[in-house]
Amino acid sequence: MAKMFQPPKDSFQSRIKSRYFATRRDTIISIVFATFVAWVLWSLIGWALLNATFAPNAGDICREDLHGGACWSVVSTRWRIVLFGLYPFEEQWRSALACVVMVVVGVLSCLPWFWSAKRMAPLWVVGFAVFYILMRGGFFGLSEVTEQNWGGLSLTIFIFAGTSLLGMPLAIIFALLRRSELPWIARTMALVIDTIRSLPLLSIMFTFAIVLPFVLPDGWTGDKLYRVIVGYALFFACYQAEIIRGGMQSLPVGQEEAAKALGLGYWHRIGYIVLPQAFRNALPPTVNQFVITVKETSLVTIIGFFDVMASGRAASGTAEWNFAVIEMYVFVGLIFFVFVFSLSRYGAYLERRLGVGKR
Amino acid sequence: MTSFLKDTRVRDTGLQAAFVGSILLLFTVFIVTARSNLEAQGLTSGFDFLERSTGWRISFSLIEYSTSSTYARAIMVGILNSLFLGAIALPLATVIGITVGVMRTSGNGMAELVGTTFVELFRNVPLILQLLFWYTLLLALPSPREVEPIFGSIAFTGRGIYIPGLNVTGGSVFVVSLVVLAGFGLSLWARSKRWPDLQAGQAMRERRILWGLVAIVAVVTLWIGRIPDTPLISIPQQKGLNFREGIRISPELTACVIAISIYGAAYIAEIVRAGFNAVPNGQTEAGDALGLSNWQIFSRIRLPLAIRIVMPTLINQYVWLFKATTIGIAISFTDFFMVISTSINQSGQTLELIAILMGGFLIINYTISWVLNRVNDAIKLKGTQLRI
Repeated sequence: MAKMFQPPKDSFQSRIKSRYFATRRDTIISIVFATFVAWVLWSLIGWALLNATFAPNAGDICREDLHGGACWSVVSTRWRIVLFGLYPFEEQWRSALACVVMVVVGVLSCLPWFWSAKRMAPLWVVGFAVFYILMRGGFFGLSEVTEQNWGGLSLTIFIFAGTSLLGMPLAIIFALLRRSELPWIARTMALVIDTIRSLPLLSIMFTFAIVLPFVLPDGWTGDKLYRVIVGYALFFACYQAEIIRGGMQSLPVGQEEAAKALGLGYWHRIGYIVLPQAFRNALPPTVNQFVITVKETSLVTIIGFFDVMASGRAASGTAEWNFAVIEMYVFVGLIFFVFVFSLSRYGAYLERRLGVGKR
Repeated sequence: MTSFLKDTRVRDTGLQAAFVGSILLLFTVFIVTARSNLEAQGLTSGFDFLERSTGWRISFSLIEYSTSSTYARAIMVGILNSLFLGAIALPLATVIGITVGVMRTSGNGMAELVGTTFVELFRNVPLILQLLFWYTLLLALPSPREVEPIFGSIAFTGRGIYIPGLNVTGGSVFVVSLVVLAGFGLSLWARSKRWPDLQAGQAMRERRILWGLVAIVAVVTLWIGRIPDTPLISIPQQKGLNFREGIRISPELTACVIAISIYGAAYIAEIVRAGFNAVPNGQTEAGDALGLSNWQIFSRIRLPLAIRIVMPTLINQYVWLFKATTIGIAISFTDFFMVISTSINQSGQTLELIAILMGGFLIINYTISWVLNRVNDAIKLKGTQLRI
């Protein structure tokens, strides 16, 4: 009905007028902001493109700073350190391939066809195994490269993938325990989840990396990298469990009651009725949680890992390049931006698509 | 035997006992191992170490601290620094966030473009990267010798920002901030308990009296707390290679404030935007019909409603942002977390210090959400008022 009475489509001119020059105040605001945008764009283009130095190994030219622009030379010379860290030079193709595999896994899991435990779990397990074999080597004639030599983007991706792979099942378990009908289990789980959620991620990572060996019997501790991943997964699981629980709570009670009336057991009810619908309800906040998780992997820098942030700092940290730190931060920032921005756009798209039925 | 196991009550009790027991067992293992490890190092567990002196420096402190101060004092310094950072960065993030949120819902194409760019840029890059970026920029400011102070009193240098300050004791500043906080608390209390029923004019008069009293007490306290034989206002002056007098804001603090407030603002802007979009159009149209100006509609109808709608989300955001202040350790800002991690390195009392860290954050976060929930209760729409 509403469609029939819509006014005729506005002309281009009137749209411009109503968007930018509706009132005198709007005109002033538009002009002020337009000037600001033009100024920022102009200085940015001047700094990043027109006056910049792109050629590799041009540190001397940059140092004398003939044109006052950015020195992308630091990136074109030392990008390998940022992407691969201390990974052996001849083997870096493996690191790159492993990253591509994991990114493909990430993109595939955005396709609705994969949205079931039977497809998503094998996808991630296989993807992660391929990633690990490629990085670690020791099989199929690949030379062995231990975790100490991993670094750069591949380490960041490894921590993120490990956290997701471990954290997601953990989150489901936590959510089910939190919702358990047995009061003591539900209460204890609630206490654990609330406590971990009120702590900063950094302190969790720090505890797992540095404190845990101290409070665990010898031989239980494992490598520092895996301890941090376990800690991060625990943190992730506590947040994700609350998201899943929210998704479960928004299910009509009738769904579970109907399943009970049909005589389905607990696992059938959870596996076929509750969780699929809960995940669908919780999809936008879940994607948002992944966005935050990608960003916060960069915290491992502080506890001494050589991830893409730390290797970016190291790449511009030598005496030769110490004047080009900002350029390196911009480069690392762009890497993160590409991943995080596309993921958050995807989340916004999902929210719109899932909302279609409700409108 | 099998029938005994099939009894649901027995099974439920057993399961619960096993679950709680296994978690307790885990903690017992932690404590026993930690204790034996401590004994191997010749240390004793317990909180006695808090009375020992630390022997290390802290670069930024609100209360008196020296290398001979105790661990307890050092931790206090850290907590105060974290709270100080939060007290500056969170309100700043709110102000920037609301501004950007308003820009994004203003209907003006240019303002929306700037607002959207701001949000997408700062929300999609890790906080720690932004922090290091601002810190590098701040350190790259010219050295104090080359800086000509703005208005003769404010100087932006690579060693920090110098601003004029008051020559008063720290205690009196503390009392003044308490008085101002009490003023806020009282006005919120009065707002929820008393002012809704009062005539607008009388409520305004009482509000004026309240804030007038706060101002008088503040001025008097500062006057009493003056440091003798110095001018009341100290203005930074160039002396040799550096500035003397005035207040120096360290680049670490400035970088933390900039990074956290901008990162937080990007999130708050999105929350505020959602709030504005949730205000029904009928409200704006009713305001139009009453002949209110655009500004009146915005400041009297849309903003108050939007803030009330998003308040619960904002509270979570504040708790989350406060946790983000721990990032300061990346540039050696001596916050709570940094003091704890240094103490662990220096004293080896790992478990106790981690317990203090966790306890501290639990208390602070629960306090933030408790206080803000009280604020929410005070300002939220009551049953007799309009529902949206």
